[in-house]
Amino acid sequence: MVAEKTSTKNISVTLRVWRQAGPNTTGHFVDYPAKDLNPNMSFLEMLDVVNDELERKGEDPVAFAHDCREGICGTCSLVINGKPHGPNKAIASCQTYMRSFKDGETIVVEPFRAKPFPVVKDLITDRSAFDKIQQAGGFISVRTGAPCDANAIPITKEVADLAMDAAQCIGCGACVAACKNASAMLFVSAKVSQLGLLPQGQPERDTRVLNMVATMDSLGFGNCTNQYECSAACPKTVSHDFIARLNRDYLKASFRSSFRPVSAAAGGGA
Amino acid sequence: MAQLDSKTPSGPLADKWRKYKTEIKLVNPANKRKYKIIVVGAGLAGSSASATLAELGYQVETFVFHDSPRRAHSIAAQGGINAAKNYQNDGDSVHRLFYDTLKGGDYRAREANVHRLAEVSVNIIDQCVAQGVPFAREYGGLLANRSFGGAQVSRTFYARGQTGQQLLLGAYSALSKMVGQGAVKLHVNSEMLDLVVIGGQAKGIIVRDLVTGEITRHAADAVILATGGYGNVFNLSTYARGSNATAIWRAYKRGACFANPCYTQIHPTCIPVSGDYQSKLTLMSESLRNDGRIWVPKKKEDCDKAPGDIPEDARDYYLERIYPSFGNLAPRDVASRAAKRACDDGRGVGPGKLGVYLDFADAIKRLGEPAVRERYGNLFDIYHEITNENAYKTPMRIYPAVHYTMGGLWVNYDLMSNVPGLFVLGEANFSDHGANRLGASALMQGLADGYFVVPYTIGNYLADIKPGTRPSVDAPEFQAAEKNIKDMTARLLNAKGKAPVNEFHKRLGKLMWDYCGMARTKEGLEKALVEIPKLREEFWADVNVPGSGATLNQALERAGRLADFFELGELMCRDALTREESCGGHFREEYQHPDGECKRDDEKFAHVAAWEFQGAGTTPLRNVEPLNYEFTKMSVRSYK
Repeated sequence: MVAEKTSTKNISVTLRVWRQAGPNTTGHFVDYPAKDLNPNMSFLEMLDVVNDELERKGEDPVAFAHDCREGICGTCSLVINGKPHGPNKAIASCQTYMRSFKDGETIVVEPFRAKPFPVVKDLITDRSAFDKIQQAGGFISVRTGAPCDANAIPITKEVADLAMDAAQCIGCGACVAACKNASAMLFVSAKVSQLGLLPQGQPERDTRVLNMVATMDSLGFGNCTNQYECSAACPKTVSHDFIARLNRDYLKASFRSSFRPVSAAAGGGA
Repeated sequence: MAQLDSKTPSGPLADKWRKYKTEIKLVNPANKRKYKIIVVGAGLAGSSASATLAELGYQVETFVFHDSPRRAHSIAAQGGINAAKNYQNDGDSVHRLFYDTLKGGDYRAREANVHRLAEVSVNIIDQCVAQGVPFAREYGGLLANRSFGGAQVSRTFYARGQTGQQLLLGAYSALSKMVGQGAVKLHVNSEMLDLVVIGGQAKGIIVRDLVTGEITRHAADAVILATGGYGNVFNLSTYARGSNATAIWRAYKRGACFANPCYTQIHPTCIPVSGDYQSKLTLMSESLRNDGRIWVPKKKEDCDKAPGDIPEDARDYYLERIYPSFGNLAPRDVASRAAKRACDDGRGVGPGKLGVYLDFADAIKRLGEPAVRERYGNLFDIYHEITNENAYKTPMRIYPAVHYTMGGLWVNYDLMSNVPGLFVLGEANFSDHGANRLGASALMQGLADGYFVVPYTIGNYLADIKPGTRPSVDAPEFQAAEKNIKDMTARLLNAKGKAPVNEFHKRLGKLMWDYCGMARTKEGLEKALVEIPKLREEFWADVNVPGSGATLNQALERAGRLADFFELGELMCRDALTREESCGGHFREEYQHPDGECKRDDEKFAHVAAWEFQGAGTTPLRNVEPLNYEFTKMSVRSYK
């Protein structure tokens, strides 16, 4: 939550921005002045203004990822003063407003830093690893046109609400950026929990968690050591309790998969 | 002149789609894998189409300009999705959803398309639930519903205030599964810059890799555009900053007709503009109008008072007053204009006096704050983040903003444009919402088109294409299209003027809002048709796009999209000028009833205007597809 009191006076700040031409070049910080800013301006609008000035001079504007600017698409991904998505809780970078900063402040702006998220340019990173994890099992296999009536499977409100809490994840990667191990377990646990809580998700529950975790590991994400920086940085406040659920599901699935009978037709005994 | 045959099947309205499905040509499974289909865009329509076509066995290649398909702007839809399930037992039916949608669109949509949409709406909910979309539920475990504008039944399914997100993630999961299986080849960070037409048929696209700058050619047997709407022509809108018209506009310049470009939706409940630095406007979901009451002070003198200091009898709940049977749930175009009239009358509130109150005090009194928080909590949070005001204590301030475009590329009943082999889905086409879209119907249309319509209709087209006749990307048409794109890129980079791209976008947006926004006049539109080309010339001469085309260059991306917005904005004004009537989102001040409502002219304008490109600098051709209503009477829309 942001502060209740609104300053109406314009402010000026210095931006210390990470500039990096490409994934294989060395990056460095560059300072840019940002003057006379309305406190109701969003952080990204402030970057727009700085970029307009750079473009006017024919200089390369600061590349940053953004799209919906209302905190739901998960594209924006800034580390502001050392914190993924900036100083305020439960919001994305695009929902950070200049009223959160003091006149004369130097604001450090960096990309999300994690080995599985290589820098593409300046403040933009490659987060395609998340898509690969989803492709490994983040779904319920249902062919279009096949399902039964939507009300044929009643789901208690409590379960539906909890599944929705997990499903809120916007796939931004702040959890990874905030974690000293670059763990993606909050992200993975959100999808595993959403689908694992619902009756529709049961047939693939074991294969889903095993495949998603295996892919997560292969992409270079680290493991969870229970510091909970992930949920603190999460713009949708996805709870780290889901990581416990992921661990339980993973353990049960690993155990069951060793003893599961396999049909002779698939090369096993009964 | 383009041939505009809607190819609507004959027979009774309710049987058309069923009959069509039983009579169309099929492609046998062994042949399906020989056809390649390109899908551009991965919002609800693009993702659902990609996944479903891949399930059927077609080779699918999907292109998105985002870094992941999950970023598409369908994700931002808040309120819900309509479906004629009648789970509430409140008298809903396919026919009623059809009728509400047609009437909501001010009788400017095709009957058969709208009826099909209402029919498949029920399948969408089944599909999404099976995918694990966590829709809101009642304590008994069954699905919950709420009401939306333009309807007197509760048929809207929702997942808190994030319905679009959950539906998109459902479609994204279906797409991800097919990508994981190798059945869909996904190209991210890939922007379509041209359509390749060979022998009159759509056969491929030219794409720029937004990270490396590389321009590549891609051939296919059919091309599907599901690239969304063009509201960013106004600069300030509820669209994502990256939303653009480039794919559909470049297709238009290759011969696809652009239908009803002037039909723009202005959403009544958005957070008002706060300053000239602003880059986007944020929507407050229509669902808020279920419990929020909209008002302004009765007297101008009260406008500067704190809302709590204005007594009940000094407030004008104008929607409830003017439209007693629909009240605060009047359709979007009607509610937007009513807000504008109140502000034009000098009774607006907040800075700049461009705002009206959306007040929850009664709902909180009736239901208690926890219940209101449960229903709308995330929306109240968004409002707080942006305005720093607590809407549980003081009414929200809202004002209309550009939100959706009903116009788009012309398509027939098969969702195919007049360029054979080019299919257009979702907001990118013009087909189902007429001159005004009802709330919670965009999600319905995107998923209907992608899951349940195009998988059938595209087979009907491909069955006549001989497998293995897909052209090579070395064909002269591909070479010419690539050269065209490279030349345009060079021209933008070499302008080396003095002004940044954004500055031109702001100026274009202001022209569009002033002359082609909520209220339009002959005089204003004629002025815009002079001013826009002037500004466009200035843009090409004086824009400064730094850097090169051979690398990630966001200024270049914006410049290319804006170049298209200039041309499209001009076409919107031309369409608005020639449509001498008011209907839905298109309001011409000259054509109104004494009470300020839209005055349609069914004699002259009961048709679709589909504009055909005639070359740069030449006035486009206005083709007409008459709207022949067989089953419904075009009547004066009343919500009173």
